[in-house]
This record gives sequence, C-alpha cells and structure tokens, in this order.
Amino acid sequence: MSQWLPIRELAAKVQAGELKASDLVEQALRTIEEKKEYDAIIATTAERARERAASIDAAVANGQPVGRLAGVPFIAKDNFLVFGAETTAASNILKGFNAPYQSTAIERLEAEGAICVAKANLDAFAHGSSTENSDFMTTKNPRDKTRVPGGSSGGSAASVVLEMAPFALGTDTGGSIRLPASFVGCVGYKPTYGLVSRYGVVAMASSTDVIGPLTRTVEDASAVLDVMSGQDQFDGTTIPRDEAGYIDLSADLKGKKIGIIKEYMSDDLDAEIKAKIQAGIGKLKDAGAEITELSLPSLPLALAVYYIVCPAEVSSNLSRYDGQRYPSSAEDAKDLDESYMLTRGRGFGAEAKRRIMIGTYVLSSGYYDAYYNKAQTVRTKIINEFNEAFGQVDFLVGPTAPMTAFKIGENSEDPLQMYLTDIMTVAVNMAGVPAISIPVGDINGLPVGLQLIAQQRQDRALLGAARAAEKVLA
Amino acid sequence: MADLTRDDVLKLARLARLTVTDEEADRYREELSAILQYVELLQQADLTGLEPTSQVTGLKNVTRDDQVVDYGTSPDDLLRLAPASEGRHIKVKRMIA
Repeated sequence: MSQWLPIRELAAKVQAGELKASDLVEQALRTIEEKKEYDAIIATTAERARERAASIDAAVANGQPVGRLAGVPFIAKDNFLVFGAETTAASNILKGFNAPYQSTAIERLEAEGAICVAKANLDAFAHGSSTENSDFMTTKNPRDKTRVPGGSSGGSAASVVLEMAPFALGTDTGGSIRLPASFVGCVGYKPTYGLVSRYGVVAMASSTDVIGPLTRTVEDASAVLDVMSGQDQFDGTTIPRDEAGYIDLSADLKGKKIGIIKEYMSDDLDAEIKAKIQAGIGKLKDAGAEITELSLPSLPLALAVYYIVCPAEVSSNLSRYDGQRYPSSAEDAKDLDESYMLTRGRGFGAEAKRRIMIGTYVLSSGYYDAYYNKAQTVRTKIINEFNEAFGQVDFLVGPTAPMTAFKIGENSEDPLQMYLTDIMTVAVNMAGVPAISIPVGDINGLPVGLQLIAQQRQDRALLGAARAAEKVLA
Repeated sequence: MADLTRDDVLKLARLARLTVTDEEADRYREELSAILQYVELLQQADLTGLEPTSQVTGLKNVTRDDQVVDYGTSPDDLLRLAPASEGRHIKVKRMIA
C-alpha cells in the first residue's frame, strides 16, 4: 500500500479540510530526506513549497476555491523551469541558473493547487537512458541499488517508486519517460506531440520533445495530464485538448482491436521478456480485446533516424548556452570567441558534446541531404506505416524495452550500446503518437513494462485502454 | 564517408565552439564514427515518392495577433542573470583582439 492516496482523492481531502497541504508537503520532504541514498533528487524547493502549502491551507479555512490538485506534492525533472531552486538540467553549464519564469506545465499545475517540492535527477540535458550522463550523480534503481533506473527521467521515475511524492514530471524525446517507468516499475505516459506546452522546459530535440507524468497508476497519470494539456500561446506547436478531457475514462477493452508489433516481438527479443509480454497480451485478450499481429517494417530504422534528427536539433538548441547571458562564463578567456569555447568546452559533458558534434556534422553542407534529409524522409515512411496500422487496429502493443534495468557502469563506456536501449520507444516519438508504459510483472525481481501505443490525438482512448489493462495486468 | 579523422573531429569541435583535449579527440573520433556507421542503416530504405517530415501534427504557419503580450518577466529580471552587465546591456569580452 502506498503512503499516498490516489491524486484526486488526496486533493478532495485537502479541499474538504480533512488533510492539510502543509502536512502533505512535510511528508514528501521527509521521505525525500529518508531516501537520499538513491540520489533521485538534485534539490528541494522546500521553502517555496511550505509557503504555497500554507496559503492553500489558509484558503481552505476561508472557504476559497483551491483547485483540482489542491495540496498534491509533486517532483519535476530538473529540466523544467521552476521557482524555488536552480534549474540545471543536471548539467554543469547551467549550475547557478535561477529561472526568471516557470514553465507552462508547472504554472498550470500550480494554478490547480499542486505543489512542486523537488527537482529530480536526469541525464544532463536529457541525453541518455540511465541517468549516468548526469553531470552530478547516478540515480539508483529503487528495486536494486546496483542498477540504473533508466533514463533520462530516471530521478523522476525513482522518486515515484520511492513514494517521495504522488507524481513526478518527465520529458520524453526518444523514450525518456517510458524507459525509466519500465525499469523501475511505474506508469509512464508520453502524450501526443504538442498536447502539453514545452514552454519553459530545457529544449532537447524540439520536433519530438514531449512532457508527461510518471505515476503509480494510470488514473493518476490522467489526472495530471488533464490539468497540464492544451494549447499555449507561448508554444506554437501545441494542439487543442480533447473536449472530453482525460479523466473519468471508460476503462474497457471489450471489442478493442490491439495489434502486436511483429518487429518488437522477433526471435531476437530476450525470451523471458517475450514471455512476460505475451502473458500480458493474453490477459488483455481475456478482458475482451481482439488481438492481431501487424508488421511495421520500417520501425527497426527508427533509432537510426533518431540519432540523426535528435543530435541535429540538439546542436541547434544547445548553441544558446554560450555563457554570456546566463549563468556564468569562463573568467580566464582573453576574447569573446575563447569565452564561448572555454565555457562550452568545460560546461558540457561528454554526451552533450557527442550529440552537438554529430548534429553539426549531419547538418553541414555536403552532408545535409545524405543524413538529415534522408532521416526526415524515412520518418515519413514510419509515420505512413503507423497510419496504415491504425487503419486496422485501435492500439499497438509490445515491450517498452528489450531488457530490464542493467547494472550501473554496464553500458556507460559504449554510447551506441546505450542508444540501443531506446530501440522500442523512439519510433513513437518520430511519429508524434501517444504511448504508455505499464508494469507487466517482474523478471528476477526487476520490473518489465508493456507499451501501448495509439494514433495521434487518441490520448483519452489510450488512457482508458491502459486503465483497463492495468487492472488485469496487476 | 562515415569514418571520421582526428582533424574532422577537431574541425567539428571548432565549428560548435567546444574545446576538446587531444585525448578526447581520439575517443570522439572512434565514438562518432561508430554512430555514423550505425545510421548508415538508412541507406537501405526505399524512399521513392516520399517527402521529408519535420512537423508531425500537420501544423503550418502558426501566427498570433501582432500585439504586445506580457510574459510576466521584465528586462531587469533577465539582465540580472548575466555574468556581467553595464547599465541595460550585457557585457562580453572584446570581439577583436
């Protein structure tokens, strides 16, 4: 039994004055302190959280409205601009940066009474699958401290399983919400591209970056999405939210057509993972789903597309960190050019540098057509295959990852091997479709995630199916 | 095309305004070459009749009214973040030696 009630029940009790926001914040901060050894948290926003909790409690006492998520503590990945602590994206180059404004997602959650209590660890700039690329520390998997929690939202995922707060926020550019959810055993939701504003979130690859919740249950994920989603004047790529919203879902699998992605269930897949996923799919079938098998032959190319498109966009997005406007620059530089070189050379870690250089290479004249243009054209092919598949089925299913959590250090010397952990999550990002990872059981004590995927803008339907799936998979 | 030389790496680092040590340059040469070899996978795809996609939800030319919007952040808030400033300006090192 978790120490946290479901999010909407928790908020209802705060609204009714049965629970105090201040007590919930203290409970969260205490748990963060007690579970320090996992290195999930970079900093707390304790002072601001306590002030916000006190004002919510005062409003309740005065009979004023306090919002749909009143008093619910949460943890934000440290690439969200948040007041009350530095925003570093777990990078040395942003150390000392105090955000002058907050991200839209945070503003919307706060407007409904939710309270950010801490900033979670990540691979620096969200570049990675294990949090080992954090410039500060590696987060430990709550199930086994010698293993990684997955990444890049590894601190967020671990914090949820460690019960530091009822929910955490992550970002997913190539799998960074779903992969850690799979590795630690929680729910990770990646919405349709543009459903949640990216304003005020440190940009990685802007054409695939999305924001989403990590939670214990699908119901909690939908409560959070319901508050964060929708168009934002500060992010031109946002899309309207579903008129029906994302809560009070019809959770039924009866008659739903679910296609098994053949390419993700090949003979190359680890036999134990394959058996777990097949058993899970069997339960979906027992719950009334119609199961078929589909082939999306270009999916195995998605990772190669990603490792051109992502570094290209990273090299562009990270060019803004030149040390001149914020937060600090190399003191010993003799001129501006050297100031750029030294600030960036010292401030970026190895993975950021790798991606910046690959991006610079694939975008350079003479190589642009061979790499970037080609990748974006294969992307079209992947999108077409998803569209064809969703002409036949409501949802696609497969594993979230081809492995369970690996040992700390196991893949850190080989960047390409690390990239391969995302092989089953990236295609979703290239097509902008929504997907969710739900726990489907353990192998040798390590969690396995089942991934459900839907057509763009079918987030409500996907969450409903996931809710039903969660009930039979538990 | 995918095998980078050490000079290629140094040139990329220079273009991207990154200092790299000699030791790093050797390591990056190997690592970046391996990544570029992996993405060669795309050469096998048949792309006849397909156009590149960069925006996945089909949005085009998103505009807004040409009116001043208050972002709630003042120029002073932003200037305070700069490592060095003078009056209402951000101060940088000299550009021409």
